[in-house]
Amino acid sequence: MSTAPLSIPGFALVGCPNCGKTALFNALTGHHQKVANYPGVTVERKEGALTTPDGKTVRLVDLPGTYSLRGRSPDEAVTRDVVLGRLDGEPLPDALICVADATNLRLVLRLVMELKALNRPLILALNMVDIAKRQGCEVDVDRLSQELDIPVIPTVAVRRGGVTSLFEAIDQLADRAKAGPAGPVTWREPTSQEIRAAHKEAERILKACAFRPGDQRLTGRLDKVLLHPVWGLLILLAVLFLMFQAVFAWATPVMDGIKAAFDLLNTQIQAMMPDGLLRSLLTDGLIAGVGSVVVFLPQILIMFLFIILLEDFGYMARAAFLMDRLMGSAGLHGRAFIPLLSSFACAIPGIMSARVIENRRDRLATILVAPLMTCSARIPVYTLIISAFVPNRDVAGVMGLQGLVMFGLYATGILSALAVALVMKRLVWREVAEPFLMEMPAYKWPNPRNVLLGLWQRASMFLQKAGTIILAIMILIWFLSSFPGAPADAIEPAINYSIAGMVGHWIQPVLAPIGFNWQIAVALIPGMAAREVAVGALGTVYALSATGEEVGSALQPILAAQWSLPTALALLAWYIFAPQCASTLAVVRRETNSLRWPVALFLYMMVLAYSAAFLTYHIAEWALA
Amino acid sequence: MSTTVREALKTGGDVLDLRLGQCPKGWRGVVSGLSPVAELRIPWTEMERRLLEMGFVEGAAVEILHDGPIMRDPIAVRVDDITIALRRAAANSILVRAEE
Repeated sequence: MSTAPLSIPGFALVGCPNCGKTALFNALTGHHQKVANYPGVTVERKEGALTTPDGKTVRLVDLPGTYSLRGRSPDEAVTRDVVLGRLDGEPLPDALICVADATNLRLVLRLVMELKALNRPLILALNMVDIAKRQGCEVDVDRLSQELDIPVIPTVAVRRGGVTSLFEAIDQLADRAKAGPAGPVTWREPTSQEIRAAHKEAERILKACAFRPGDQRLTGRLDKVLLHPVWGLLILLAVLFLMFQAVFAWATPVMDGIKAAFDLLNTQIQAMMPDGLLRSLLTDGLIAGVGSVVVFLPQILIMFLFIILLEDFGYMARAAFLMDRLMGSAGLHGRAFIPLLSSFACAIPGIMSARVIENRRDRLATILVAPLMTCSARIPVYTLIISAFVPNRDVAGVMGLQGLVMFGLYATGILSALAVALVMKRLVWREVAEPFLMEMPAYKWPNPRNVLLGLWQRASMFLQKAGTIILAIMILIWFLSSFPGAPADAIEPAINYSIAGMVGHWIQPVLAPIGFNWQIAVALIPGMAAREVAVGALGTVYALSATGEEVGSALQPILAAQWSLPTALALLAWYIFAPQCASTLAVVRRETNSLRWPVALFLYMMVLAYSAAFLTYHIAEWALA
Repeated sequence: MSTTVREALKTGGDVLDLRLGQCPKGWRGVVSGLSPVAELRIPWTEMERRLLEMGFVEGAAVEILHDGPIMRDPIAVRVDDITIALRRAAANSILVRAEE
């Protein structure tokens, strides 16, 4: 970052969306990349280093894609501020590399004209020339270079050796960069008349260079099916179903394997070490904590495999097109359905996948409502309470009552997510929505190397950034539930003597109006670790000796005997909204790069959970009286 | 047709101008101008520049390639040699003329 020695020149990659800029960045820097956020914003910052054939080291930063330097969205504003040297802590790039899709030159020429006004050394990388050739697309490169008065380098980012000439060009660019800028920055925001004039100039250059656009018939034929009002929707549903199935079901065996491995490790340690605090810290704190981080990896990898493939193929823009009106009616972006759908499996990959939405405000709205989707961690809680309290009988002869209640819980989650999104759009962000104006890129085959690199980046980012927070919270929760230990003559379960037990008893009066007894209050504290932990914690509070899967079935008769129906229903209502998932909060902290949003998320969900439980409890009491 | 004509007169456009957002799928023509409509939620100076930046300049050839599954919205429009998706409400600020 800004700590790099000043002698190393810093270059920036600029280009329109879908021009293959990231693939070029990967080809230039390999896996020597650092992914982080720009300070204070949700915009991802990618930096890498490369060594030129002459042995010069160059830092390269990949800026968010944009059609102009006007900074129409927060992401585009980052691009503008970096190239103008206006962003705090971000050095002004010594030179710029503009990336253009060789098959689609029209819009990027205007961007080049704006970049030239910065008076920095500039080259144009004409990317995807292989695809251009195959499509019969033509352009006179020498003439283009002459017209634009900058070097133009044909590249193929996805092929080995496809960027050799770009490396050489970067060498020369580094020499030019040493001489400093050629003149003052003359860029200012263009007026509509200036944009019109720039278009005319771009048109003239395209004619002069004998530019012939590529053959788009294949994309056109695919779009006839994939954007069809009926077939297109059916295919989208099939893709979504496959994705959901993969995250939900395919990940499960791997996750079970990971859980089993960590359990095995715990049993081994328990067999080797004497019972005591150290053993408890090691097994219940540290190993269980690491396990609870790693267990998310299969879902995250599967989720991002789908997302990266769909994005690179060009399907994501089509899906957004099909879903735009539906999601738009709830004030959400067309692409928000991917994060929301995957949140049914788990909010962690869901929130991480909100990155498919470029616009920061739309992304935040999606992140904030994603945890309302019924994730799989709620299922054990729902199952336990439903099987204990809802009679297993048929309604209207076809549906089971238990299944109907489960469906109702899911539906309430979805409806409240849409309602919260709408409220946020109307009340919180009263400013205007981004107009839906999106280029539909031509379909392309995804490049395996880029897919793998993208997966690796997501996984390592999750482990490093979110994983450390999750682990710290897990150990904190272990500490709260274990200290102080039970006295020697203890008759109640140990958790009652711990800080968690004390806090549970202490907050019980606050939870009394929603019908929660102290056992629930105590179980909610370790339940902060993850929603399904609440089941195990209830088992602990009711001093069950059963472990694992048996806790649920052993608990059922106890709960049915000790809880009133309104209490049980109130707890169900609570768990539709319950913010109790430390990992979700940690990932929101990581993805939004601020503490404000996880706090806002926690508070609003807490208010909803309490209100819903309160209403449910009192309506049920009244109805049963 | 008469409402379109009246609208065109009201906004100062030529009587031959249509609004792109009102054209059906498959329609081909040429952009003849940009003029604001009431439904727009961002300032016109901004919206106009965004449309221009995406290629909706006077003289650009347009064709409506696809429309969305709900209320035929949004639309995918071929603009010269690129494809842009936008809502009909926004497309209404693009004046177009049928190909001669």
